[in-house]
Amino acid sequence: MKKYAYFPGCSLEKMAQSYHMSAMETTRKLDIELQELDDWNCCGATAYFHVDEILAYTLTARNLAMAEKAGLDLVAPCSACYKNSYFTNKNLKQDPDLADHINYALEEDNLSFSGSIAVHHLMEVYVHDVGLEEIKAKVSHPLKGLRVAPYYGCQIMRPRKDHEDIESPQFFEDLLSAVGAEPIDYPGRLRCCGGSLILTSRDAALNMVYILLQSAVDRGATVIATACPLCQVNLECYQQQVNQEYGTNFSVPVLYFTQLVGLAFGVPPKRLGIGRELVSTEEVLSYIEEGEPYE
Amino acid sequence: MATKPTFRQEISNLLFAAHGEPLKTCIQCGTCSGTCPAVEFMDHTPRQLIAMINADLKDEVLASNTFWYCASCFHCTARCPRDIDIAELMYAVKRYSIWHKTYPEDLIGPVFSGAFVKTIIRSGRSYEPVLATSYIFSFGPREFLKEATTATSMMVKGRIPVIPPRIKRLDNFKRVIGRIVPVGGPK
Repeated sequence: MKKYAYFPGCSLEKMAQSYHMSAMETTRKLDIELQELDDWNCCGATAYFHVDEILAYTLTARNLAMAEKAGLDLVAPCSACYKNSYFTNKNLKQDPDLADHINYALEEDNLSFSGSIAVHHLMEVYVHDVGLEEIKAKVSHPLKGLRVAPYYGCQIMRPRKDHEDIESPQFFEDLLSAVGAEPIDYPGRLRCCGGSLILTSRDAALNMVYILLQSAVDRGATVIATACPLCQVNLECYQQQVNQEYGTNFSVPVLYFTQLVGLAFGVPPKRLGIGRELVSTEEVLSYIEEGEPYE
Repeated sequence: MATKPTFRQEISNLLFAAHGEPLKTCIQCGTCSGTCPAVEFMDHTPRQLIAMINADLKDEVLASNTFWYCASCFHCTARCPRDIDIAELMYAVKRYSIWHKTYPEDLIGPVFSGAFVKTIIRSGRSYEPVLATSYIFSFGPREFLKEATTATSMMVKGRIPVIPPRIKRLDNFKRVIGRIVPVGGPK
C-alpha cells in the first residue's frame, strides 16, 4: 500500500465535496491511503500573492512542514493548492535564507521546513505512481462510447514544474482511454477557465467559460472532465449565466476525473458525490447502465 | 548618496528570485498578448504594460486595469521566449498597487484579495459566504439577482458551507503570522 499526506484544500470541504468523496473511493480501490494532514490551512490561492509574498510562502510552508513531520509526500487534488505547495517547496529549497526566515515563524507552531518531501497533484498519483495498466485492470464498467473532453486547465501544468511537455500533454486523454471512455480533442483543453476572475471581473470570466464550453460542445463532448475544483465551479455552476449572457443553450455536465474513474470501477454514483451537480449527469450515467450490476 | 530607484527597478525588485532586471530583456514580440485569454478586457496588453514599465510610465501603469484582469493562468510565462515570468510580474504590480493604494476605485480585485487574506488570518481557512460580501454590493441589481440564483442552486445541492471552518491550532497559527507581519500582537 502506498501512503500520502493528503491536503484537500478549502474547496473540497463543501463546494467540491464530490471530488473528495470520489478521490477517497477510487484511491481505496487502488490500494492507496490518503492520510489527511491533521490541521492544514488554506494555500492562499492567488490572493496571498497579491498582498504579501513572504506571508504566502509561510502559510503554505506550514502544510509542507506537517507532511514532513508525517514523513509522507504531499498530494493536493486542487490545481491551485498543488501549484502553490509545489513552488513553495521548490523555492524554499533553493533559498536557504528565505527558509530560515520562514522557519523562525513556524517555530510558533512547533514546525520546521527542511525540504524533505515531494509534492504531487492527485492526478499524478493515478497516472504516474499507480500507472494506467493497474487502472485498466480495476475497470469493471468501461465507459464505452462516452465522449469526454479532458480539461487540463492551467495550474496543474503551468508554470512548468520540470521538463514535462506543457504545450501538448496526453496523460489526461490516456487516463480516460484507460477507463474505456473516448477522449475528444478540442482547442480549449489548456485554456484558462477564468479562475477567480469569476468573482472579481465577471465579464472576462464568463467570456472565458463561454469559449471553453463552445469549443467542447463543437467537438461533440457529452461531458467535460476536470482536475480542479475552481474549474469545475466556473464551467458548471456559471453555465446558466453564460447562457443568459451569450444567448446559448449549454447543458454540459462537468465531472471530476475521479468520478469518471469511480464509475468505471463500479462504485455507485451516489458514493462518488454524483447528484450534487447543477447540470444533469443523466446522459453520462446512461453509458454505464449496460455494465455489470454494482457491487 | 543613494539614487532613487526607477519604477522599472522597483518592479524588478519585487520579482521573486529574479536576477538583474528581467524586463530589460523583453523584445516586444507580443507572444504574451497573443496568448492571454483575458487580453480583450485589458486597458493595455501585457506587451504594452511591459513597455510602459520599461519607459518608467509609473502613473499610466498604475491606472491600468491590466494586471487585475490577469487570472494567473501562466500561459504567457510558459511561452515567453526571454523567460520573463510575466504572470509573476502581474502579481508584483498588484502588490505594488495595493501597498501604495493606487488602484482604481471601481475594481473588485484588490478588495477581494484583501478580504480573502483577512479571512485566512482570522480562521486559517477560506469561507465563501464571507468573501461574497467583498464583491456582491458592487454588482448592479441584475448581476446581483443572477449571482443569488447561482448561490441558491449551489446551496440546495449542499455546496455552500453554513458554518465558517477554522483550524484547530489557531493561536499558534496567528503567532506564526505575527512573526512575519508584526501587527498588533497575536489577537
